[in-house]
Amino acid sequence: MSVQTPTRPAPGASERPSLHVTTPNARRRTLMSRVMAAVLFLTVMAAVTPLAILLWQVLSNGWGPFGWEFLTTIEPLSYRETGGGYLHGIVGTLYMTGVAALVSVPLGIGAAIYLTEHPTGRYASVVRFFTDVMTGVPSVFVGLAIYALLVSGSGGLGLGFGTLAGATALGVIMLPIVVRSSEEMLRLVPTDLKQASYGLGAREWQTTLKVTLPAAAPGLTTGVILAVARGAGETAPLILTALGAREVIFRLTGAPQADVGLLMLDGFRQPFEGGIQRAWAGGFTLILITLGLSIIARIIARRSQI
Amino acid sequence: MSAPTTERPQPSGLLGQARARRADPLFRALLMVAASSVLLILAAMIIRTSIEAWPVFAKEGIWGFLSGRQWSVGTSRSEVTGTYGAFPFIYGTLLISAIAIAFAVPLAIGIALFTNELAPSWLKRPLTYTVDTLAMVPSIVYAFVGMYFFRIEVWAPVGQFIAGTPAGEIPFFSGPVLLSSYWSAANILAIMILPIITAICRDVFAQVPADEKNAAYAMGATKWEVMSRVIVPHSFSGIVGGSMLGLGRALGETLAVAVLIGSTRDMTSSVFQPGDAMTALIANTFADAHPEAIWALLAIGVTLFFITMIVNIAARLIVARVNTRVGGGAVV
Repeated sequence: MSVQTPTRPAPGASERPSLHVTTPNARRRTLMSRVMAAVLFLTVMAAVTPLAILLWQVLSNGWGPFGWEFLTTIEPLSYRETGGGYLHGIVGTLYMTGVAALVSVPLGIGAAIYLTEHPTGRYASVVRFFTDVMTGVPSVFVGLAIYALLVSGSGGLGLGFGTLAGATALGVIMLPIVVRSSEEMLRLVPTDLKQASYGLGAREWQTTLKVTLPAAAPGLTTGVILAVARGAGETAPLILTALGAREVIFRLTGAPQADVGLLMLDGFRQPFEGGIQRAWAGGFTLILITLGLSIIARIIARRSQI
Repeated sequence: MSAPTTERPQPSGLLGQARARRADPLFRALLMVAASSVLLILAAMIIRTSIEAWPVFAKEGIWGFLSGRQWSVGTSRSEVTGTYGAFPFIYGTLLISAIAIAFAVPLAIGIALFTNELAPSWLKRPLTYTVDTLAMVPSIVYAFVGMYFFRIEVWAPVGQFIAGTPAGEIPFFSGPVLLSSYWSAANILAIMILPIITAICRDVFAQVPADEKNAAYAMGATKWEVMSRVIVPHSFSGIVGGSMLGLGRALGETLAVAVLIGSTRDMTSSVFQPGDAMTALIANTFADAHPEAIWALLAIGVTLFFITMIVNIAARLIVARVNTRVGGGAVV
């Protein structure tokens, strides 16, 4: 009984290499691909490591001096003294960010509605383009401009340094972010919804306020929170508009206002342990505010995804 | 044959009233005002600062201001008495931004490629969030940690190493390595502009048609070959646009640079020596500046605005041509 081999080599097979046999060239290319994958992974590490170090530094150094006393007292007059806190700075930061949001959020969402209603209009595309450009305007230039427009007495309104000037600067920085993120979100609202509303006889303003905005609400909230977080973390324009204070200020104009970032800047550039400790706690506070807000924004964004 | 309705529907209370008819035009006008506010604010800012800064430009001449090397501040309240040459600051700003771009762009391309092409799907979202978080950290915190940790533990030792290699013979990389220097400022900028370049790269890489990638795979290309010969060439102008957006951010970044650059007026040839930058000068000298010096700072600000404006407009035009949806870039 002769058993025929089931796989007889096809004629001429000896000259053709099997697919399982890899040539040196193929091995080199595969190896290259693997090496480059490792290199790309290293680039990711090069971004993640600084972030991890940064957060670790702020957490480990800021946790100690941070606490109830830090949140409820103001800074002692000398940077040498330990203890005390940034109450005035925290009040100032939240106050200015709040006023800025009150103005720039309605304005920004209004502009975004205009842009969504006119997706291809010429004026709308000009506005859209300059909004994009405005996101790139240096924040310190915004500070200078608000100084020249509002603070300075010669040619400006002469309001002086203070809460209003600082809030205006933060609002100008937040505005383009609100506009562009809101426009993205409003564009996602299905046209069917709007047409159903028009079909029932609703006017344009009724459709916008009662149908479009509620439908886009979670997305709008995400964008607004991210913009507020950006504003709360800005310090550079406040050097030129809020100036800094050593007590809790509730006045809108007429008195310079404090800010966590400004207090940190003064504190950590002095060679005194007390000021540096408070600056670490201030950094901890800012990280808590900005990253906390961005995490909230992402949770809302994720929940609203259909 | 329709069933008789019980009652004719009553027109809503709003219908037909003159006030209601005016509501929509009013609403549209409000939206128009909101949209125009962006342009108005931008115009007001640039016109006002230019008028305030004009005396300085008038005295030095625009070219004289840009290329002058002497910056000695006068103390007048009404006229320009000092000498204002902004070249050392412009040089510092451009130098550190260029170094930052040179570091950040390859890293951003690598991160975007890894996130889009290599990372398992469960890792993509956390990776995106992590890099975006870098953009949320306040600039003052970067300045602080840069001053107390990075420049001491990382950048100065690395600079020392470079100055010790044969590259240290070139004046550009020669020692001694100081803690506050162009080098430290450039390094912090590289970390800070990484998120926006990465975000744009992710967007444009995701837009490469799957057909083109699959065609390359079908021809037997390895993953790296698909990335380097299909995805990156296809996205080239997007990468350029994203890099320019990053450059715009680097030029305008203030506090981290103000704290780390060292603030000296003499332009040394070595990157490991202290220098000064436009934003750093504004932030560091504003608090105790005389009215005249404030005009000069405004002149620096106007110069900075126009430089970043040109870079940003070019970047937006490039990115918009490649990518019709650049929402990511607006937010990050």
